Amino acid sequence: MKKIRKIFERIVESILTVSGALTTITILLITVFLFREGFGLFGSSEIEQGYRLCLNTANPVERLSSRQIMQVFDYQIENWQEIGGPDEPIVPFRFEEIFNYYSEEEMGADYELLPVRLGEYIAATPGIIAFVPEQYAPEGMEGVKVLHNDHISPADFFGGREWVPTATPAPQFGTLPLIVGTLLVSLVAILIALPLGLGVAIYLSELASDRMRGILKPAIELLAGIPSVVYGFFGLVVLVPLIQRVFNLPVGETAFAGSLVLAIMALPTIITVAEDAMRNTPRAMREASLALGATHWQTICRVIIPYAGSGISAAVVLGIGRAVGETMAVLMVTGNAAVMPHSLFEPVRTIPATIAAELGEAPAGGAHYQALFMLGCILFVITMLISVTSEMISKRQSNKGL
Amino acid sequence: MKKLLITAIALLAGMTAANAQKIKGSDTCLPLSQKEAEVYMKANPSAVVTVTGGGSGVGISALMEGTTDIAQTSRRMKFNEKQKIQQNGDQVKEVVIAYDALAVVVHPSNPVTNLTREQLEGIFTGKITNWKQVGGPDMKIIPYSRETSSGTYEFFKESVLRNRNYMNGIMSMPATGAIIQSISQTKGGIGYVGLAYLNGSVKPIHVSYDSGKTYTEPSVANAKNKTYPIVRPLYYYYMAHSTDQVKPFIDYVLSPKGQAIVQEIGFITVK
Repeated sequence: MKKIRKIFERIVESILTVSGALTTITILLITVFLFREGFGLFGSSEIEQGYRLCLNTANPVERLSSRQIMQVFDYQIENWQEIGGPDEPIVPFRFEEIFNYYSEEEMGADYELLPVRLGEYIAATPGIIAFVPEQYAPEGMEGVKVLHNDHISPADFFGGREWVPTATPAPQFGTLPLIVGTLLVSLVAILIALPLGLGVAIYLSELASDRMRGILKPAIELLAGIPSVVYGFFGLVVLVPLIQRVFNLPVGETAFAGSLVLAIMALPTIITVAEDAMRNTPRAMREASLALGATHWQTICRVIIPYAGSGISAAVVLGIGRAVGETMAVLMVTGNAAVMPHSLFEPVRTIPATIAAELGEAPAGGAHYQALFMLGCILFVITMLISVTSEMISKRQSNKGL
Repeated sequence: MKKLLITAIALLAGMTAANAQKIKGSDTCLPLSQKEAEVYMKANPSAVVTVTGGGSGVGISALMEGTTDIAQTSRRMKFNEKQKIQQNGDQVKEVVIAYDALAVVVHPSNPVTNLTREQLEGIFTGKITNWKQVGGPDMKIIPYSRETSSGTYEFFKESVLRNRNYMNGIMSMPATGAIIQSISQTKGGIGYVGLAYLNGSVKPIHVSYDSGKTYTEPSVANAKNKTYPIVRPLYYYYMAHSTDQVKPFIDYVLSPKGQAIVQEIGFITVK
């Protein structure tokens, strides 16, 4: 009998160990996958994969930055002189245009003459910059040279200020506005939610009558159960026009609208966690304080809040975590414009919103897809930093308490 | 007797069609394909048609990998996508199942009714920033765009912006409904939506593609008689070797019954 029980215990133990190990391995694998996909970005070329940019050999320009390439194809730079070439108007040329100059018959049955035709056209146009598929690039033909193609650099990625992932031929992956946008929206959300949340938590744990608490607590917990898309919809229909009218703005979809929605969403977490921490203050400590002649308010300020410090900081961190990673609600109310925000009352684009909105159409394995994974890595690092900080804060607090 | 005959034919068709087919791709085509599939399956109880969205690009890559039978797209297959399929020794077939017109919309209080393509290009690329520059009041222009994953975004960029990029930091909304909602509450707003989504809370702009000689109102009739310029076809793509399998369904979509559904959903019929 005893033996059977022992075997049974061993089995349960090993099941627990295996499940723990499996979870750890899964998490590790996900992280490895995330970073591997993300870092692939710095191995892809600046020009869209599978394409080349060709110039006329008479043109001395050897390389262009991806920003310059985009401006050339947007007709913002119109003369080679502006980017270190001769005084010659730039003729941006997209591959499909070749069909306007040559008939299908001239291309050959299986497009085998296409490179020749492209080569002829490029050689005859001195100001051309031609965007052509790799397999048809007229490489090595007379009068044609291929523009040097760099890899996407980390400096461009982390320091760039333009996020235009669908620009052809040179997509722009500048994440600075996205990082700043995410941090701005979350920070302001926490600044709004923290005083409110702490106030409610103090009221609930110290001042409210039992009946009041019985009504308020479930109501607040209900707030946490509302799906984020509903918050987003509420924000878009109610908060956005309100903000627009109150502050007399041209647009209501602003960072501030996002912060407000996030603050409302973070409130239940902050209130519940902070309130639990305060209520866990030992009765002996409260009574000691009161016995020394402290008023109710002094007891709350000097005894209960310091004692609950680690719990409150955990509440703050959980709130920030929710705010940083929140996707749907923010996607709906912040306007999603990828510009560096100069004030709270401008549209911003956050990292989670970008990933959610763009991953659907980004071709798997392409530079855009990898850039989105890299954004995921940034988000991962941000949330990890936050939780490490909270761990350190709560450790220090509990040591001090002893 | 007639009913019996129809069911017999349907049964037969269902059997030869290997019964199951998958359609994947553009979210614009999604409501149409779903409705068509629903009605088609009711008429042919043995047929199973599953429809999923994800975007035009997703549909085409699924077609290449063979995980779908039909790719529904709101843009033409790109040259290199066609090349890739040809390299694999396959041929792809293209069918236009309907047309979709895009309407440019502004806030109802905005007095501007006419805009040329050049002006629209200026507005969406950020060169024109005040309504005063296009004959309106002194008010900042706030252009709204769809997210980059949408076929509508690509089509508008191709047709109206002539492949130039949208201005840096354009407002981008996750759905057509959100664009309408935002423009109806933003005085200086301008955006683009599918014709089917037009309602009283926004004002459609009359567009000119001939530098201001004629301005055309976006309407089903104008899109049909080709006077309204911002119209795009919606496609079904399938592999040549699976023609027998997908033909009955595609024929149904192109039949008068199927085209009646096209009209009902708010798209423009092929004929």
